[in-house]
Amino acid sequence: MTVSIADWFKETANWVFILLAIPTLLGAWRTVTSNNIVRSVLYLVVSLGGAAAMFLSLGAAFVGWTVVLVYIGAVIILFLIGIMITRAPLGMKAELSHASNVRMPAALLSLSMFVLVAWGLIDAFSNTAIEPFEPTPTSDIANLIFSRFVVPFEVVSIVLLAALIGGIALARRDDGGGA
Amino acid sequence: MTVTVTWYLVLAAALFSMGAAGVLIRRNALIMFMSIELMLNSVNLTFVAVSKHLGLIEGQVAALFVMVIAAAEVTVGLAIIVAIFRFRSSANVDELSELRG
Amino acid sequence: MLNQYYGDYITVAVFVAIGAILVGGAVAANRAIAPRAPGGFKDVAYESGIEPIGGGWNQSHIRYYIFALLFLIFDVEAVFIFPWALQLEFFSSIGSGLTVLVEMFVFVGILLLGLVYAIRKGVLTWE
Repeated sequence: MTVSIADWFKETANWVFILLAIPTLLGAWRTVTSNNIVRSVLYLVVSLGGAAAMFLSLGAAFVGWTVVLVYIGAVIILFLIGIMITRAPLGMKAELSHASNVRMPAALLSLSMFVLVAWGLIDAFSNTAIEPFEPTPTSDIANLIFSRFVVPFEVVSIVLLAALIGGIALARRDDGGGA
Repeated sequence: MTVTVTWYLVLAAALFSMGAAGVLIRRNALIMFMSIELMLNSVNLTFVAVSKHLGLIEGQVAALFVMVIAAAEVTVGLAIIVAIFRFRSSANVDELSELRG
Repeated sequence: MLNQYYGDYITVAVFVAIGAILVGGAVAANRAIAPRAPGGFKDVAYESGIEPIGGGWNQSHIRYYIFALLFLIFDVEAVFIFPWALQLEFFSSIGSGLTVLVEMFVFVGILLLGLVYAIRKGVLTWE
């Protein structure tokens, strides 16, 4: 593994990876640290968009476009409406985070988690062969869903039904009492 | 030397750690939910990267199902936050001590 | 196949880059050219008339949330319909077309129960 930095930058795939990783990480970072809750949501869009492009670069086109359709298209809308309904505090004095005596240990904890997991991953996968990521046709995914994964597929509809009914029942203003 | 699956996995680990930090640091329940979405998405990245590494499609199908569960979770979770907000007029988690014994 | 796939996305990448440059350029040009005189009466909501009382941050009605919720659920449903529509012809050519068709109808049927619930509860009426 004696490669110079210059060699590394000759590969197009590396460039693509770096170009996609920067907005993904930056978006995630700002989502977690931003003082403005609406900006937090919009940075989440950046991060999810980067992740979707990452899926595309891995050749998983269907998963990538599903992220765009479901996360960026629908979940983000739900978050924005949630912000409008809960009248989330805006501005610099909005207390969106815990006090700094809570923040420091939490940040340290997650940093150490990252170091531990990354170290384990590099240790486990460092001697793997270099493989080009072949694109997966959507038809292959369909064949798998509708043959081996039929039961999970049907269960998914029940999960969605439960979520739909649960969401409506919780959010709906009750006819009688309630506040 | 090109990008290998390790790069994607380390990136996913970084995203997951950021999401975990967000859940721990933030007081606002909505931002905590966003951090959970980040974590779920990083897990999806892991699923797809490893499925590519192993040459299997099952990982991608698993990622799809994770996304469905994430959508269901957001639906119900935000509905709970909205319902709580109606009684407490606040979406800050440490003001919710109703269940304290 | 590999180069074809990535070649297709180069077009997308170029369009994203053009879009970013256009928006970024417009904002940067605005920053560079526009005169700036902050403070004074520019900070009030109306430069003439009565000063507003209270915040401008009203609570939206819960109804919007329920519609967004329904949209999200049926969006997820649509995600599963796409691969199904792509491969239905293939499945019918190997003789399991009817099974796959019924599978999808069960899936959609279960979710339609949710729509029926929403209609029966009257959350879809906009009064």
